Amino acid sequence: MSLTAVNDFVVKFANVNGSGSASANGMFAKSILRMGVPVAARNIFPSNIQGLPTWYEVRISEASRLGRRGGVDLMVAMNPQTWDQDVASIEPGGYLFYDSTKPLPPSKFRTDIEIIGLPLTAICNAAYTDPRQRQLFKNIIYVGALAYLIGIETEVLETLVREEFGSKPKLIDANLHALGLGRDGAAQMLGQPIGLQMRRSDKVGDRIYVEGNTAAALGAVYGGATVCAWYPITPSTSLAEAFTEHCQKLRVDKATGEAKFAIVQAEDEIASIGIVVGAGWNGARAFTCTSGPGISLMQEFVGLSYFAEIPAVIFDVQRGGPSTGMPTRTQQSDILLAAYASHGDTKHPLLFPEDPAECFDFGALAFDLADRLQTTIFVMLDLDIGMNEWLCRPFKWDDSRKLDHGKVMTHDELEAGRDFGRYLDVDGDGVAYRTLPGVHPDRGAYFTRGTSRDPYARYSEEGSVYVGNMERLLRKFETAKSLIPAPIARPAKRRTPHGVIYFGSTTPAMHEALELLDADNVHVDGLRVRGFPFSDEVMDFIAAHETVFVVEQNRDAQLRTLLMVEGGVDPAKLIPVLGYDGSPITARFITDEISKRLRGLTRAPTPLVAE
Amino acid sequence: MTYITKPRLHHPLLQPNGLGFTRRDYEGKVSTLCAGCGHDSISAAIIQAAYELDLPPHRLAKLSGIGCSSKTPDYFLGNSHGFNSVHGRMPSVLTGANLANRDLIYLGVSGDGDSASIGLGQFAHSIRRGVNMTYIVENNGVYGLTKGQFSATSDPGSKSKRGVVNHDQSIDLVGLALQLGASFVARSFSGDKEQLVPLVKAALAHKGAAFIDVLSPCVQFNNHVGSTKSFDYVREHNAAMNRLDFIEPRAEITANYAPGEVELVVQHDGSVLRLRKLSPDYEPTDRLSAMGHLQLHQARGEIVTGLLYVDPEAADLHDHLHTIHKPLNQLTDQELAPGSAALDAINDSLR
Repeated sequence: MSLTAVNDFVVKFANVNGSGSASANGMFAKSILRMGVPVAARNIFPSNIQGLPTWYEVRISEASRLGRRGGVDLMVAMNPQTWDQDVASIEPGGYLFYDSTKPLPPSKFRTDIEIIGLPLTAICNAAYTDPRQRQLFKNIIYVGALAYLIGIETEVLETLVREEFGSKPKLIDANLHALGLGRDGAAQMLGQPIGLQMRRSDKVGDRIYVEGNTAAALGAVYGGATVCAWYPITPSTSLAEAFTEHCQKLRVDKATGEAKFAIVQAEDEIASIGIVVGAGWNGARAFTCTSGPGISLMQEFVGLSYFAEIPAVIFDVQRGGPSTGMPTRTQQSDILLAAYASHGDTKHPLLFPEDPAECFDFGALAFDLADRLQTTIFVMLDLDIGMNEWLCRPFKWDDSRKLDHGKVMTHDELEAGRDFGRYLDVDGDGVAYRTLPGVHPDRGAYFTRGTSRDPYARYSEEGSVYVGNMERLLRKFETAKSLIPAPIARPAKRRTPHGVIYFGSTTPAMHEALELLDADNVHVDGLRVRGFPFSDEVMDFIAAHETVFVVEQNRDAQLRTLLMVEGGVDPAKLIPVLGYDGSPITARFITDEISKRLRGLTRAPTPLVAE
Repeated sequence: MTYITKPRLHHPLLQPNGLGFTRRDYEGKVSTLCAGCGHDSISAAIIQAAYELDLPPHRLAKLSGIGCSSKTPDYFLGNSHGFNSVHGRMPSVLTGANLANRDLIYLGVSGDGDSASIGLGQFAHSIRRGVNMTYIVENNGVYGLTKGQFSATSDPGSKSKRGVVNHDQSIDLVGLALQLGASFVARSFSGDKEQLVPLVKAALAHKGAAFIDVLSPCVQFNNHVGSTKSFDYVREHNAAMNRLDFIEPRAEITANYAPGEVELVVQHDGSVLRLRKLSPDYEPTDRLSAMGHLQLHQARGEIVTGLLYVDPEAADLHDHLHTIHKPLNQLTDQELAPGSAALDAINDSLR
């Protein structure tokens, strides 16, 4: 019995990287959106430029379930290297679409799925002679064939082609021709469309489709960042590149061509954060973007930023660790590294955006927070949010919003005789006033250092002076609680002793899991944590439940550790649910784990591996 | 230990400069370095240079890394903002500060440990980028603050205070700076104020990456040919000989010589510095000639000092980046945030 579904299924493309499949697959996903149906597409790619397996998983969901579901309904198997595992991953009753130019033995197939073979290479070779054209247009041809099979409107695809190649009419015609070859070939050779069908809808609304790295970079533009220093590392590189592009469009003086920004590709991550700290000290809003290995290298400067109290923003686009780990796979495994970065007693505010829309919001907010708190703010993205296009609410900006530079003492205040102590807590919130270099001819200058000093920035190793300063830093961290975005509750339909805490890119899969559990009469209150330090609401939520699941994409339950340590929570109360195999966590996995635990069906502890 | 306040007594005869500041207005806190340390002479030269240049003290920012040399910015220009950053990373911090506000003068102070070992990469890249700065390395060939280990500028064959012979090749920061495209390269000697003050003044006035390598003998840890001599020396001059931490005050080394002369200066530890003044016909605007000259004389065991190379028309990092003339840290909200209309257009392009 073949699967049937309308606007609710998973298509996965198995390709060889470097074969030009990415743009064809992207066009496929976007055509779904243009038909008014929400989509979530994820690249699963190797740390390699050409020749290794790559996948593109497209979840089509009229109900806007945009996390990974798990399983595949239609596999587009274009890579012989991964054929066996690709065929095995198809749901019973699902569909296998493949290039049938070369015959394959029956043992290569399954009997419980529907096999759709189209001689793509033969069609392509008949139409094109140039080898590169044959390779590229084969991808477009299978998009045309799929459009026929699942009912994507021809006009939608043709419009996308025209948008994509607007300035190159020759390419428009060539791509339209290739789409037609696929569509007509499928219609002639395969007969009827399959049981998975697209139908025009209106569920996309005003949402946008964008990568988190692009969104975070745009947030940095709106947040007033002027200095960016960075070093290339997957998966954060596209954030710096997007910042460069946004700035070139939005921040170049039209009259003079001069840049209202400075971007330096530094020699390494240490120099990157050094440049950021220097610029922050001198009153410019500055950031770097990196991934776990870069954070490891930046530790010493993060400690300096903490202790000398210098604003800095770091976008950490997390990937699979430890060491080089899985550089092109996703994880949330830098939580503890970032929270307690550097030697000595340190802690740092973290922000956990759930999607690109929050990447934009937090990307801008981080600079206000850095200035207000005079410390490093980490914005914790991950590869899934950062490098995949997500469907999310549009970016919003209030034109009346002012950039908040925090406590900076001005020339006039100094001139009027206001007392300036760089580390003097005049307001009781732990945040002292700073001055910027060049402010006044003979007042307000001070010597910034990573060594211990008194409230007037004078070197001191006296125990009481040191302790006084460290205690003030704790007061400042307490102040941070009220500035970090509050958690968002998602109560169950019924009163329940069970809760679940989650954050970041886990959110869409978690929300789907909560819906599935709810439908199964398993009631769990949800709380999405959006930052660290944790506000009182987070601890109240834990106190109000008997058991609280903590869902994360790392092995060691790092957020759970942070909750235990910072909130003094009994470890027995916090149950880890950990999917950390490098693929984005799925709704099915979370649902299974939570139901298993709650029903006591199994008592298997860890490890819990997704899928 | 706490800081030491310097009394702000102004002698009535102190001469004000063009801005009405006296030399005292350019001083900082009392130095905590060893008496006779060459670094204090460099601080004095910086003070003199800023005073003579009529520099508004608050228009200069002084940055340093970690080590004896990097402590010195606290001891000069007390009305300038200072930043004692992390080991070997002054160049990146200075680069960031410079990007934030191109209107200030940036003075980086470092040592041979800070710049030739842990910080060699940042030294190289800040110069390569043409950051507009004066970068002074106070070069004593030894780790002073950790008590006498060789640094990467120690010459092969030289002996440590403990009698260990250095076999590693030394790093020539001047040669590197020339190769990396510094647009102002000089070497001087902390004991030669007459040479150093004009060099610092010229470097502060220079646009682009200005590098000065200043030989600055460590009176405590580069003061020995062999351990016996060291022992004898301490026994003869130090009453508290059983306290290894005790610092004996000493006079600093000075040298004066006319242009063209080769001067032999015997250091406290007996090692010989051959200081050669540049000849009057030396052409300091030819990079290749400077490099050749430097190599030739170093091969003879001489140390070439003076202004070795200058490109008076150099471009800096801001020129390369086409940065707006208004300092980035003074741009208004309107100049920075593109507004909701631009954002709506971006939203439209993402549908």
